[in-house]
Amino acid sequence: MEKFSGKVWVLGDDIDTDIIIPTEYLALKTVEDMTPYAFSPLRPELAAQIQKGDILVAGKNFGCGSSREQAPEIIKALGIQCVIAKSYARIFFRNAINNGLLLIENDQLRDAVCEGDMVTVTINAYIEHNDNQYPITSLPQNLVEIIEAGGLVKAMQKKNGVC
Amino acid sequence: MGMTMAEKIIAAAANVETVKPGDIHTVELDRLMSNDGTTHLTIDMYHQLQNPHIADVNKLVWIMDHNVPCDSVKTAASHKKMRDFAREHNIKFYEGAGVCHQVMMENHVTSGELIFGADSHTCAYGAVGAFGTGVGCTDYLYAMVTGKSWLLVPETLRFELTGKLKDGVYARDLILSIIGMIGANGANYMAMEFGGEGLQTLCMSDRIAICNLCVEAGAKTALMDVDEITLTYLKEHGREPKHIFKSDEDAQFAKVYEIDLSTINPIVAKPHFVDSVVDAKECIGIHIDEAFLGSCNNGRIEDLRVGADLIRGKKVHPLVRFLVVPASAEVYKQALVEGIIDTFMEAGAIVMNPNCSVCWGSCQGVIGENEVLISTGTRNFKGRAGHKDSFVYLANAATVTASAIKGEITTADQIA
Repeated sequence: MEKFSGKVWVLGDDIDTDIIIPTEYLALKTVEDMTPYAFSPLRPELAAQIQKGDILVAGKNFGCGSSREQAPEIIKALGIQCVIAKSYARIFFRNAINNGLLLIENDQLRDAVCEGDMVTVTINAYIEHNDNQYPITSLPQNLVEIIEAGGLVKAMQKKNGVC
Repeated sequence: MGMTMAEKIIAAAANVETVKPGDIHTVELDRLMSNDGTTHLTIDMYHQLQNPHIADVNKLVWIMDHNVPCDSVKTAASHKKMRDFAREHNIKFYEGAGVCHQVMMENHVTSGELIFGADSHTCAYGAVGAFGTGVGCTDYLYAMVTGKSWLLVPETLRFELTGKLKDGVYARDLILSIIGMIGANGANYMAMEFGGEGLQTLCMSDRIAICNLCVEAGAKTALMDVDEITLTYLKEHGREPKHIFKSDEDAQFAKVYEIDLSTINPIVAKPHFVDSVVDAKECIGIHIDEAFLGSCNNGRIEDLRVGADLIRGKKVHPLVRFLVVPASAEVYKQALVEGIIDTFMEAGAIVMNPNCSVCWGSCQGVIGENEVLISTGTRNFKGRAGHKDSFVYLANAATVTASAIKGEITTADQIA
């Protein structure tokens, strides 16, 4: 997963966990059952439009609010390759990594892209968009290992069987 | 170099001499709280482990509070899973006792502990000088199996409080003002620490309300200096501090704010962001359909007293549903003793059993399309209390009760 490209969907600041998945759908049996309702308070049509491999670009404080882990799980289940936001709320950040969802922090791309544009991500290096390069800071190696294994539990199983 | 309270608690839990912001440490956890919001997911993952076990069952506290009593067949299935697992593994379990954080404060939390809770408002535990932080169910599972987790040492914002809140102004107005000032991510990844002479004017209920909402500024945890009020509270609840930590004189804070409590006014947070705060007076006249007095933030006896004193002898507006939900069974019993429940029922309020209620938009009191709720709950996100096109205003107990009487947003001083 060192380098990949995808079509972007663009969201604003403070996308909270109730936007990502409203409470009323949390009682559904599986995350797959919940995916049609992702982002529904804000953009009810969005979940059906997202295709596997797409990239979500957002503003600051993405994932603020509740600790509901269904939020990053749903984004992953929709086939989103990674989220690129100006910043993340911390509980969401941990939950995303623990579920193997790649998060990238960049404070410039959001204001430069339009929905439907293609961007290319080179992990731990930069994002490319329309001949521009946006540097990204590298994730610590232990977090990369968790993402690559598909989440915290799988990473621990791989490492030492502690779980 | 001195350390902050947050740094000292992490250092102790990591069994190291010193830590500094940005360090990552493996820490031993004192307590692990989980509720029916996500425990069923934790259990599903637990059963998929190759070597499922619980490191120390005495650390676990499981509390049913989000959908109590159960409201659907689907929820009944996840509740049964949680209840059965707790019974099978001998996990401390509560159902009907109240909202998880209030139950934890009444029965478990003590100064100096490091606690993971699978709920974002776990930062409430800082009211007694404990480091509580919210995590998801995977982090919870890992901690449950190993007794440990990793923590990034946060920077600390220090809030030095002076003066005293004016009559008719509450702790909730203070924390909403602070969130408005620093923004919804103003303390992201950070600890918010409170102290100063002004803290001594705030009772334990006020302190819980303040710490509980710090996550709405993005904070990892909230911590308050431990004083006589803390020690008295713990003693009354049959507990001693584990350890009393205090920031060193030369501790490094990312920023220090000085706040004169007497400058704070009643606040309303407008839809759909907690940091969208204005003076409550600016919202006077806004139509409401429902009012909610309750939640882990503002459903304690002190809050119910404020509401009851205002509504005694008056009626809820005929076009408004007024939900009153004590935060715990202990609060409910005390309210019965004081005649507060009678007062609310005489006025036409709907008094519910202790639970999270409409604060999390499920189970009870959900609002419909284009409806407006004024609430002492924790959040006002779009769709948080029901329909995606509905509106939540956050306010203190007095403003909420006054608005329930008037049928539109108003402040307590406008109610004759």
